Amino acid sequence: MSTIIQLADVRKQYGNDGVTTEVLHGINLTLQQGEFSALIGPSGSGKSTLLNIIGLLEQPTSGVIRVSGRDTGTLPDEELTKLRGRSIGFVFQFHHLIPAFSALENVMMPLMLEAGRPTPLQRERAAALLTRVGLADRLSFKPAKLSGGQQQRVAIARALAANPPLILADEPTGNLDTAAADEIFKLLFEVNQESGTTFLIVTHDPRLAKRCRRVIELVDGQIVA
Amino acid sequence: MRIEWLLAVRFLKEGRAQSFFMLGGVTMGVGVIVFLTSLITGLQRSIIEKTLGTQAHVVMRSPDDEARRIIKPDSTLSVSANIERRAQRLSSILQWQQIMRELEKRPEVTAVSPLVAGPSFAIRGNATKSVALMGIDQEKYTRIVPMASFMKEGEFRISANDAAVGTDLARELGVTLGDKIRLQTADGRSETITVAGIFDVGIRDLNRRWVFITLRSAQNLLDLVGGVSSIDVTVRDLFKAEVIGAQLAQQTGLTAESWMKTNAQLMVGLKSQSASSYMIQFFVIISVAFGITSVLVVSVIQKSREVGILRAMGCSRRRIRHIFLLQGGVVGLIGSLLGCGLGALLVTFFASTARNPDGTPIFPVVLEPGMFLIAAAVATVTGILAAAAPAVRAAKLDPVVAIRNV
Repeated sequence: MSTIIQLADVRKQYGNDGVTTEVLHGINLTLQQGEFSALIGPSGSGKSTLLNIIGLLEQPTSGVIRVSGRDTGTLPDEELTKLRGRSIGFVFQFHHLIPAFSALENVMMPLMLEAGRPTPLQRERAAALLTRVGLADRLSFKPAKLSGGQQQRVAIARALAANPPLILADEPTGNLDTAAADEIFKLLFEVNQESGTTFLIVTHDPRLAKRCRRVIELVDGQIVA
Repeated sequence: MRIEWLLAVRFLKEGRAQSFFMLGGVTMGVGVIVFLTSLITGLQRSIIEKTLGTQAHVVMRSPDDEARRIIKPDSTLSVSANIERRAQRLSSILQWQQIMRELEKRPEVTAVSPLVAGPSFAIRGNATKSVALMGIDQEKYTRIVPMASFMKEGEFRISANDAAVGTDLARELGVTLGDKIRLQTADGRSETITVAGIFDVGIRDLNRRWVFITLRSAQNLLDLVGGVSSIDVTVRDLFKAEVIGAQLAQQTGLTAESWMKTNAQLMVGLKSQSASSYMIQFFVIISVAFGITSVLVVSVIQKSREVGILRAMGCSRRRIRHIFLLQGGVVGLIGSLLGCGLGALLVTFFASTARNPDGTPIFPVVLEPGMFLIAAAVATVTGILAAAAPAVRAAKLDPVVAIRNV
């Protein structure tokens, strides 16, 4: 099993008017290929900050992050953006689809950004992914015309589009009823089984966390389990 | 379609009301610019055409006679410095035929015509009128001033006996076609001519004073045998008349007076008119730019979540910047096309309502493709420049903050 991402002594401080607060205190974390992990912890424990740092959306104050063995600390913004596009898929709590585009186009978006323009091949892949998440009949629907569960499925298909080795999901079921949440969770698990994509899922739901193979617990900016 | 274009167009389509207001602003702005430019160009062209209809672009004359002080270099005498100016007698241009041949060779010169002009009296019965004799070579002169188009009666036929006079002189002397007039100069030389044509050049003073006769008759009457008093020149680009005139003067040693110098007041008027029009256009462009900027700034704030998601998915800052610049450019381009149409409609409507008593338009409608191209280019560039600040702002958005805050 290869290492997808590795964090070594990662610290994050936020400063304002000379007062600095450390949110993450020396995080050491390794995610292996194919892992299906939950990141849990009380509110304010630093889960979102850690997820943003792993997702290369935020820079740590100190420490090293290696993506597939590559140190990201020295990469310029442009390179970091490229690496993020290729290596990491995001599923947000509020799905964050782009309203002006159809479900199919939303799924195509990471591929279009990579290639610079839409292609028939991207269309095929996006349609296949939407079919996989059970939305074969909703390809041309705009996000506003889809239910919460359906929107989250589109977001999952979008995260999978570029075939990234790692998918980060920030409370992907937080906004759904139990039945829909179960279905989404099942879908994530199935994708993990089928494609070997690594998942790191932030959740407040202990019921869902229990179903993950690995549970990482963050308390006061430190990993305790 | 490139992804930047796709995103820019979709964002514009999504924010329909905002796009409508931006487009409306650009359309109105470009409409006003096209209308103003067309109106002023048409008016100016009409004024220039009317003014130059009866004038050469450049008139070449002999330099003025100057009194020279004659003092021996070794003279120790003190001499009064008060030298009176000489009265300018009518003098011929030396070697005028050769000079004409030289002028005709120049590529920027389209026509050259010799002229013998001087004062005279036109006498018929008890009526005596002061007139200006215009001794011309008919074929050459009509290439400078299209006299045939001004004829009211008869034809512009200048020969040994036949002459042409203006409508006002004909009325004052009570002559019609075929009648005779005696021309007499101050030193007593006289000749009788027959009226073969009566013209109306649209300027009363000229209609009252001009009498066209042959070059030879004028030379005889004005005691300028074999000579000419001036050479009329027309040039290809009439706005270069001044520059070309100066070159011709240097080449020939004559003085050159361009229509721009002769009509200095008119030129000042035209230039001030153009300047005020440019000023208005400049401020219209600025206000259009502010309109686009302010709408796009709001759009960036509204779209910050989308920007954040795009950034998370691997969209570079440069690309985000391009998306918003393109929005400005697209609004500028489409608005300018609509504005060109609006401007053309306005000016056509205005021209159709502003008419002379005889029903002809007061000024010609000038709608040149070049003007539309310039208007479209200026509006597009303005759109892009106006979008610069919002685009930079969008590119600077922190994806984490953008996603979290909305």
